[in-house]
Amino acid sequence: MRGRSEILATAARYLMPLLIVFSIFLLLRGHNEIGGGFVGGLVASVAIVLYMLAEGVQAARDLLKIEPRLLIAIGLLVALSSAMLAWMVNQPFMTGLWWKHPLPVVGKVGTPLVFDLGVYLTVMGTTLMILFTLAED
Amino acid sequence: MLVIILSGFIFAALIPWLYRRFGPRSGWLFALLPLSWLVYLAGQAPFILGQGQVIEERISWMPSLGVELAFRLDGLGMLFALLITGIGALVIIYGGGYLDGHPYQGRFFVLITLFMVAMLGVVLSDHLFLLFIFWELTSITSFLLIGFEHQRYGARAAAWQALLVTAGGGLALLAGLVLLSQVAGSGLISVINQNGAVVRNSPLYPMVLLLILIGAFTKSAQFPFHFWLPNAMAAPTPVSAYLHSATMVKAGVFLLARLTPVLAETPLWQMLVSGVGFLTLLTGALLALGQRDLKRLLAYTTVGALGTMTFLLGLSDALAVKAAVLYILAHGLYKGALFLVAGAVDHSTGTRDIERLGNLASTVPQVALAALLAGISMAGLPPALGFLAKELFFESLMESTWPLYLSLGGAILAGAINFVVAALVAFKPFWGRAQDVPHPPHPVSVEFWLGPLILSGLGLVVGVIPALTIPLIQGAAQSVLQFPLKVKLALWHGMTPVLGLSLLTMGLGGLGWAIYRSLWQGGRIWQKLAPVGPAHLYEVGLTGLRRFAAWQTRVLQNGYLRFYVMTIVLTTVLLTGFTLLSRLSWLGVGGWGSIRFYEVVVVALMIMAAVVIPRLRSRLATIATMGMIGYGLVLIYLIYSAPDLAMVQFAIETLTVILFVLAVYRLPKFTLLTPSPTRFLDLLVAIAGGMLMTALVLVVTARPMVPHISDYFAQNSLTLANGRNVVNVILVDFRGLDTLGEITVLALAGIGVYALVRLTLGRLMVHFEGLEEEEEVEHERAL
Amino acid sequence: MTLALALLIGVLFTIALYLMMRRNLVKVLIGLIILSNAINLFIFTLGRLVRGRPPLIPAGETALQPPYADPLPQALILTAIVISFGVTAFAIALMRQAYQVLGTSDLNELRDTDIQPRYHPDYHHAESEEEGH
Repeated sequence: MRGRSEILATAARYLMPLLIVFSIFLLLRGHNEIGGGFVGGLVASVAIVLYMLAEGVQAARDLLKIEPRLLIAIGLLVALSSAMLAWMVNQPFMTGLWWKHPLPVVGKVGTPLVFDLGVYLTVMGTTLMILFTLAED
Repeated sequence: MLVIILSGFIFAALIPWLYRRFGPRSGWLFALLPLSWLVYLAGQAPFILGQGQVIEERISWMPSLGVELAFRLDGLGMLFALLITGIGALVIIYGGGYLDGHPYQGRFFVLITLFMVAMLGVVLSDHLFLLFIFWELTSITSFLLIGFEHQRYGARAAAWQALLVTAGGGLALLAGLVLLSQVAGSGLISVINQNGAVVRNSPLYPMVLLLILIGAFTKSAQFPFHFWLPNAMAAPTPVSAYLHSATMVKAGVFLLARLTPVLAETPLWQMLVSGVGFLTLLTGALLALGQRDLKRLLAYTTVGALGTMTFLLGLSDALAVKAAVLYILAHGLYKGALFLVAGAVDHSTGTRDIERLGNLASTVPQVALAALLAGISMAGLPPALGFLAKELFFESLMESTWPLYLSLGGAILAGAINFVVAALVAFKPFWGRAQDVPHPPHPVSVEFWLGPLILSGLGLVVGVIPALTIPLIQGAAQSVLQFPLKVKLALWHGMTPVLGLSLLTMGLGGLGWAIYRSLWQGGRIWQKLAPVGPAHLYEVGLTGLRRFAAWQTRVLQNGYLRFYVMTIVLTTVLLTGFTLLSRLSWLGVGGWGSIRFYEVVVVALMIMAAVVIPRLRSRLATIATMGMIGYGLVLIYLIYSAPDLAMVQFAIETLTVILFVLAVYRLPKFTLLTPSPTRFLDLLVAIAGGMLMTALVLVVTARPMVPHISDYFAQNSLTLANGRNVVNVILVDFRGLDTLGEITVLALAGIGVYALVRLTLGRLMVHFEGLEEEEEVEHERAL
Repeated sequence: MTLALALLIGVLFTIALYLMMRRNLVKVLIGLIILSNAINLFIFTLGRLVRGRPPLIPAGETALQPPYADPLPQALILTAIVISFGVTAFAIALMRQAYQVLGTSDLNELRDTDIQPRYHPDYHHAESEEEGH
């Protein structure tokens, strides 16, 4: 990255947290409203990438605090284990399990939501790994 | 029986370890496995042969395909299983001596055991497809064993030839078996054999028969596929004795016998099977003339013997079937023994050339004795089993519908040549005049003579006391024909025409032996005829195939991406376009719906952007223009009720632009590489592809939507999966497994990028840096 | 509107295919991106166009009432978009590495597997020899 744009940096500083919150909102509401793990993960990536463009890759990495490839691994693991939870109660792989009591804002909570969280993390990790790698090289 | 098969496979897997532990002498140990099976089988023999019972085992394997692990042990299976396990045990012991010190001896034990299991599987299977699997496994193990000495070109070529011929026939067989199971309505052989009439009256019968016969004929080296068998003699001798004489090549004959109740007794069967068998019988006998190699001599007479069995099964009356079964037993015993003898002679003297062998009886007396006993049987002399088999063969010829002078003439000719070959192989090397051999003959160890002596001794004992073998022959013939019958065997029938024929054959054989040198001179004519033989045709065909493959690779896989894209586009346009045009009558267009002004603007802008892109020279302008297409798509998705898609497209488009910006300064500048006439042609092809897609959209959307699974999702999304966003519910719940796969793919793509950028380049540089350093060091040393 | 979209799809396919027949790697890549967009739009249009009825079950109802936009093609396309991003990124990385190691982006020069990489010691030899002649 050549030169640092003050406007971009300022915009990124304010937009980034907003976008992250928005992405989590998208993830949680995804089952009933527009959104979901894919979009959420992408929006979160856009937020971090915006910050990366403004402040540099190292700053973005420091902000993220976790290696993108670890995010991928955790994401896949979360998605897989949410699918395997059904085995615990003697149901076929990937059967959705739901908690009876709805939470405020989120609504009903169940394994599909956990699965979506896995999607969110994997998408975010992959996108960030790609862009960090290409930006650093 | 499943236990037998499984224990065999498991044992084969343990052999490398056992071999390393016990060394070359472990052949004795490995022979215990077939011996234990032999004991088990012999224990079942009274039950199977005496009472005509069968043992059946069925385990469901692939129920959706109707394939079962179905095994069935009946008289025919018993005969073959006894041969396979008995000769197998002896051959494994023999291999311990013959391949002593060979670097691949362990491999030999593994392969031969695997083959033995596969062959047992063939004869014990009661399901067509199960049989086929074992059948192919024998082809593969045969391939590996022929190519055992894989450093030699000849061995590799022979292995390929055998595999191509038998596996090619195997494909035909598979097609035939699939058809047969369709026609008969079951894959179980025992069931099919009950419904023979259904199959024979089906219009598909000629097709079924032809395909199965091709499979059987290639495997059993019938004319015109006989040529692979003599070439397969490149295998180590115990392999030749076992696979290419006693067992595997009889698999085709076995299949014919097994399917006799279904397929036989039609004019077509009789014509094809006995016709081909007769031709093979003559071919094998005549081609043996002029051969000087012990193993090739035996191989050609094996071809002739296989022809005899096929011929007899083609006649398929009770007498002929009895003769065929007896012949299978007799041939397995004497030919197996003679091959092992040939191997012992080779080992002792270093040559297999009959002209150079002689007077070995004093050096290897036990081998000589075995050779003599087996030779008597092969020559068809009393009191050996071979004599009984030949008598029965003549007897069934007398009763057949074939013209007597033709069939008897051929049989007597083949018998006489067999006699001469028997004398050459079993008599001359041991009692003939001493000749020069590569190294002075040395005595051989017990492994070399035990097997042949047992086999040839058995042939003589059951010849003298035929009652010993009658139950076996009777049981096997009964299960071929599926009705009870009596077998009578005796050395002395009284003064019958058959005896006269036997005497005539012996007389001719004796005469042939006296003048064998001139006969063998005459045999050289085959070399002159070779250019028109099937073996040559095979070579020509194979060379042609290779040239064609090279040509089409050069033409189709030429490395020009442009050419690949063109091929794909033109093929698709032609095929799909043809289908569209041929159904023009019921295709229509219409139902385009209304259009609004802002929609026109969006689409027009996108079209303009797309058209401009190929002309742009600036990379940044290209990225911006592509952004127009991407964000245009966002709008289209938004207008047409796909908010989720719009959001994803928006995010991805943004990320793609960033991706390009990050990478673009490393990318080469655009240069004009292609001359304009070529570009014009490309444009025409591309337009054809584009027009096809437009036409497809118009044609498909004009028809009413076929109701599909979406309705289910729409109805049950909330009730079953607690979600109101149906798209998301499909992704994380209804089709969650797909999504799991997709995010895995995505993760792999990311890891791929990481690996490409971080690892490849680094490793390359390290590698080359190391190289340069080495060079520098060398350079310094030189200084 | 279907007619307009059909035309758009045709144009996008034409341009994408044309670009994929170029010798320049970057153009092929751009062609690939346009192609995946075109295919997504193709599938979307074949799923029939419905205005203003997204496949979201309104509050108070238990199922989608027709007419509604078909959710299945949308789900398919959604993952396709994300995966084609991964593929694009991979292609860009591959192309960049190929260009850096081999020094060319002309596909016709990339036909052989025996191109001398830039980092190979012989690479410079070949060049200097040419200069020498």
